[in-house]
Amino acid sequence: MDSSEESHAGASAQAVRHAPWPGPADSPAGATESRVALRVNGFSHTTEVDHRTTLLDLLRERLALTGSKKGCDHGQCGACTVLVDGRRVNSCLLLAVAQDGAEVVTVEGLADLAGEDGDLHPLQRAFLDRDAFQCGYCTPGQLCSAVGMLEEARAGAPSAVTDPQQGLGSAVRLTGEEIRERLSGNLCRCGAYPHIVEAVRDVIA
Amino acid sequence: MKPVSYVRARSVEEATAAHAGRGEARYLGGGTNLVDLMKLGVERPEVLVDITRLPLDQVEEQPDGALRLGATVRNSDLAAHPLLRDRYPVVSQAVLSGASGQLRNVATTGGNLLQRTRCAYFQDVSKPCNKRVPGSGCAALDGVNHDHAVLGHSPHCVATHPSDLAVALAAVDAVVELAGPGGGRAVPVTDFLRLPEDVPERDTVISHGELITAVVLPPLPPGSVSRYRKARERASYAFALASVAAVLRLEDGVVSHLGLAFGGLAHRPWRARRAEAALLGARPTPEAVARALDAELAEAVPLRDNAYKVSLARDLAAQVLGSLTATA
Repeated sequence: MDSSEESHAGASAQAVRHAPWPGPADSPAGATESRVALRVNGFSHTTEVDHRTTLLDLLRERLALTGSKKGCDHGQCGACTVLVDGRRVNSCLLLAVAQDGAEVVTVEGLADLAGEDGDLHPLQRAFLDRDAFQCGYCTPGQLCSAVGMLEEARAGAPSAVTDPQQGLGSAVRLTGEEIRERLSGNLCRCGAYPHIVEAVRDVIA
Repeated sequence: MKPVSYVRARSVEEATAAHAGRGEARYLGGGTNLVDLMKLGVERPEVLVDITRLPLDQVEEQPDGALRLGATVRNSDLAAHPLLRDRYPVVSQAVLSGASGQLRNVATTGGNLLQRTRCAYFQDVSKPCNKRVPGSGCAALDGVNHDHAVLGHSPHCVATHPSDLAVALAAVDAVVELAGPGGGRAVPVTDFLRLPEDVPERDTVISHGELITAVVLPPLPPGSVSRYRKARERASYAFALASVAAVLRLEDGVVSHLGLAFGGLAHRPWRARRAEAALLGARPTPEAVARALDAELAEAVPLRDNAYKVSLARDLAAQVLGSLTATA
């Protein structure tokens, strides 16, 4: 693996992602590995991956970012949730090769996302303040999912419990019911849900 | 999983050519179902043709007022689209009632229609399944079939189609657009998805190498109202035990248009043509609705564990039609 960390002068991940024809498509026909370029928590990585490699396995096994957890490995528990190009996703179901050019943020990068160098993301602080976990295994996924969810609600995206009369395009007010519905893709076997909802409410209050 | 090669398609033509030209090829959209099935050993492709960077990611209004949903529009973007929320609430509601926020951010419109059944025996390669291995038998027929079909099943397969979106698409008479090596064609979604009969390995009428490029929603009758409702075993993030999509238009208190479809009951969304015919031109009183639904569900043949689905579906539909009648 040739992983490099370099500063990116101005080239946004978005621009790279939608470039017409980068990398892997030019792998020889029949090849089962391709070179993939990703930006993870602000650092660029270029690495050769077997096409079967999921983004989760790449993060954990190749980049040593073990914050994202492998719970079910089938997209059912949400412990592997990360942000790809700003959107929350199950990294266990994404093939790394298809994410070429993507900007990835994991739980290890949330603090930087908040722009407060060396400090915690406000949501991480709220989880601590509210004791929003017991064993902590689901917490990285809960955090990344909630960060993505807050952005979706800000942008006016509806959920299954959003009032249809809610104005199109205006931010959705996050009631407890909205938070529970929007975070239903993250399971917590310890049952810390009430405190998780409180922690999320703290950061939107 | 076995080693697999990967092609990132630059155009629809390149995608269909890449698919048709290789061995066991699969189109890769969001991959939320395909990658899972690869892990389970149910899908064993030799080539993945990545279609996610094709220019099929737009929702476009057509000159005739129809809405054309590109095949790679992500579920969350589809559900939030202002034109869809405004004109086809039933479709937006159906999308939002399925999966989780994370999955909807990735899953595509075309992939949603092509997702495979969640029948536990289909997903378990140690069990017989005619859908996975034709001729091997159906373990669900005499197995745990609480989640399975009550309508339109065959001795070969009792699986249900898992999509919520497809149920709403059936109720609004959506049309699936396909591209293939031999050209394009358009198929109503109610014909695109099929009943198992004696070829349960075929979920749809898609031909090898064909690619869904769009789903087209025709304009709904002016003044119509629509709604989706779903019953499941937990409050969110579970497949439907039964669901209902309905589009209703009343004129002078009389039904002038009804599109009614059930999810969770059959191998494809079950368009309730008999109930629709019974209510067309009638006042949708609770009694008339109950009679129409009973007529529709009279042909249900429940399995050992799922007789509850018949009354559940009837009650859901009665509730949805009642609430739509109150607002129409």
